[in-house]
Amino acid sequence: MGIVRIILLRVVYAIALLLAVLVLNFSLMHLAPGDVADTISQSMGGADQEILDEIRVSYGLDQPFVVQLWRYVSKVVQFDLGHSFFYNQPVTKLILERLPATLLLVITAQIAALIIGVVLGVVSARRPNGVSNYIVTFIALFGYSAPVFWTGILLLITFSLNVHWFPVAGMRDVTIEGGFWVHFLDVARHLILPAVTLGSIFLALYSRLSRASMMEVLGSDYVRTAKSKGLTSNQVVYKHALKNALSPVITLAGLQFSAVLSGAVLVEAVFSWPGLGTLAFQSIIARDTPTILGILFFSALVVIVGNLLTDLALRLVDPRVGGGK
Amino acid sequence: MATNVRNLNPAVQSGIVTGYPGAQLFAAPLRYDEDWTPQPYLAKSWDVSDDGLTVTLNLVDNAVFHDGVPITSADVAFSVDTIKAHHPFKSMFAPVTSVDTPDQHTAVLNLSKPHPALMLAMSGQLMAIIPKHIYGDGENPKTHPRNTENVVGSGPFKLVEYKSGEHVILERFDDFFIEGRPYLDKIVMRIITDPAARAIAYENGEVHMGAFESLPRIINRLKKVENLTVTDEGYGGIGPLDWLAMNTTKGPLQDVRVRKAIAHAVDKNFIHKALMEGTASNSLTGIHPDSPFYNSNVEGYDLDLDKSRALLDEAGFPMDGESRFNLTIDFGWPGVKPQVEYVKAALKKVGITVEVRASADFPTWAARMGEMDFDLSWDTVFNWGDPVIGVHRTYSSSNIAKGVWSNTQGYANDRVDELMAMAAIESDPAKRKALYAEFQEIIADEVPVYHVNTLPYHTVYNDNVGNPPLGIWGTSTPIDMTYLKTQ
Repeated sequence: MGIVRIILLRVVYAIALLLAVLVLNFSLMHLAPGDVADTISQSMGGADQEILDEIRVSYGLDQPFVVQLWRYVSKVVQFDLGHSFFYNQPVTKLILERLPATLLLVITAQIAALIIGVVLGVVSARRPNGVSNYIVTFIALFGYSAPVFWTGILLLITFSLNVHWFPVAGMRDVTIEGGFWVHFLDVARHLILPAVTLGSIFLALYSRLSRASMMEVLGSDYVRTAKSKGLTSNQVVYKHALKNALSPVITLAGLQFSAVLSGAVLVEAVFSWPGLGTLAFQSIIARDTPTILGILFFSALVVIVGNLLTDLALRLVDPRVGGGK
Repeated sequence: MATNVRNLNPAVQSGIVTGYPGAQLFAAPLRYDEDWTPQPYLAKSWDVSDDGLTVTLNLVDNAVFHDGVPITSADVAFSVDTIKAHHPFKSMFAPVTSVDTPDQHTAVLNLSKPHPALMLAMSGQLMAIIPKHIYGDGENPKTHPRNTENVVGSGPFKLVEYKSGEHVILERFDDFFIEGRPYLDKIVMRIITDPAARAIAYENGEVHMGAFESLPRIINRLKKVENLTVTDEGYGGIGPLDWLAMNTTKGPLQDVRVRKAIAHAVDKNFIHKALMEGTASNSLTGIHPDSPFYNSNVEGYDLDLDKSRALLDEAGFPMDGESRFNLTIDFGWPGVKPQVEYVKAALKKVGITVEVRASADFPTWAARMGEMDFDLSWDTVFNWGDPVIGVHRTYSSSNIAKGVWSNTQGYANDRVDELMAMAAIESDPAKRKALYAEFQEIIADEVPVYHVNTLPYHTVYNDNVGNPPLGIWGTSTPIDMTYLKTQ
């Protein structure tokens, strides 16, 4: 199959899948008792029937389910994700405003974790019974099993409270004035703790996987051949083995990237990072249906595009994938 | 701040989150001191007629909005109309029939009946004076774009930047009508949702001051920090109360003896000391203990299991095997789960089997309350200044309606209705106090809700903060006298 056809087919699947996601999410949200009018009236300190009705009418919540669903789907088809009840803003604007913060956090954490994870994995794979292996295994298991909110708070107590190295919350200090570099450094300072927290999960995955994969590759015939050819150990590992060992790691990285939101929600909540995760968290608590649906729709989109890109990347690294036709 | 601000205009939006920035952006006619005495603010003086039917406000004459347009009586009249039409607390200005504006600086509020609650309703965040030339353009004030952008206010601070879910930045308004104030040049209100992260921000000095902290563990931890002060002063106006609501319309709870038996079986002392860790105060009635109308001389229901069992026997619910009857208990947010679990354990001792019903989220719980589909529920309700505004709604029989959670107990008592109606129009403070005293005796005696404790709201500030806002309205009033000792 040609690559263009594959992409086209995938896009058709994706659209069908997105529609299904949309209808399913909308129906699920609708099944839950209560609605955003309750949250709004709670935040107002109580309200009478008249106000509750007014809120429901103004957001179309008084209409039958089918009408609401039809309205929503026909809007989304026109790339309009609706208007947030709780934030009083268009959902598309809300998501796009917060996307950069999340991307910055997730990409930083991912890249750092990928590089460090692969290095650690390779190091421990080369000496499977050495001390370095146990240290790497410990780091990986700790990073993977410690809940992120716990790691986050622990880092905060250590690095923000005991030594004042990093700020507690947010993405930037709004009182700071200066040029680009001042702001750049400010954001970097805010970024480090959340990125480390988020990265600790990825790091565990990448180091474990690249270790296992590397050990498998190191035991294969062509590596033995390369060794018997008289290549140095470093040449064998980094020139021959690593490329093959990376293939499952890239698959995992792609899948992880698709899960941008699920990991970031808790980390963002702990550090008040103004990204999509915080938005998702707050809108779920407020039962802000349009925002929740918008984020879910957007995540579905990211997952589908992410999977597609992973597939393509794998083809580049490993020509065997896709049958080589 | 702990949560997102939806709207910065307190004339159309109530709630503590709007109140904090809202009361800085918009001035009210009056403010209150620590002793619940009204003080001049935008109104330099005021006069209530002898029959209580007209209230005249004399405005300061040098007041301007943030865009330089003078604040006049027409703006006061416009604000009253807007609040009447769009604010959720209808009882605040319901008796106001019209507002006369004999001259630029005099506004006369005409009332259909005496309305002593009006004084508190004209203070704090409850009455924002908003510019007619901005909000009077025909657009719905409730959804007006200027509620969050380009806000033109009347208060001591003006808006610099509003970023939904992130922060609100305010700056000193140089032409504020009180000479020399405010003292602060800039206020950055940051939204930090995680309570533990907020606590660390107080501790390391990143945040100077914060209000509405309510987790006992965090309050007690911050109390031990050297340069921080943690206080529960400043919440009398809002008057937040935690209680156990009982649905008086169905099952065994219809019988007042069963409700009393429950009150005797639940050890408030345990809740105060073990669950609230000493951060909350005892509360005996629907009026907050800091209110001048509070009556502490009512039935308090000491822990008495024998009495509780006797009352249940007397009500006709003898032990049948392990248990007398089953009840359910609901709760709306995870923070009060310990209380709910405790009630379950406490009532088991007197033979009532309680099933704890968790709600997936707040709206799920609110829908159950609104439909009166519950037996017992933990609830938090605010007084909002005068009892007319925030207390009556819980006990008034005219408020028994499905869909809203006000008198979800379904409680009706003619004498209570009558007392509330009389107190609402009683201009003499002493007589009014007596009416509310009797009202509190009855509701404590009939226990439609078992009043347990105040919600332990605390304000946290560090040693650098001078004169923090600890009046009855706390941060829901202008903080124009607060300053920083060193920069």
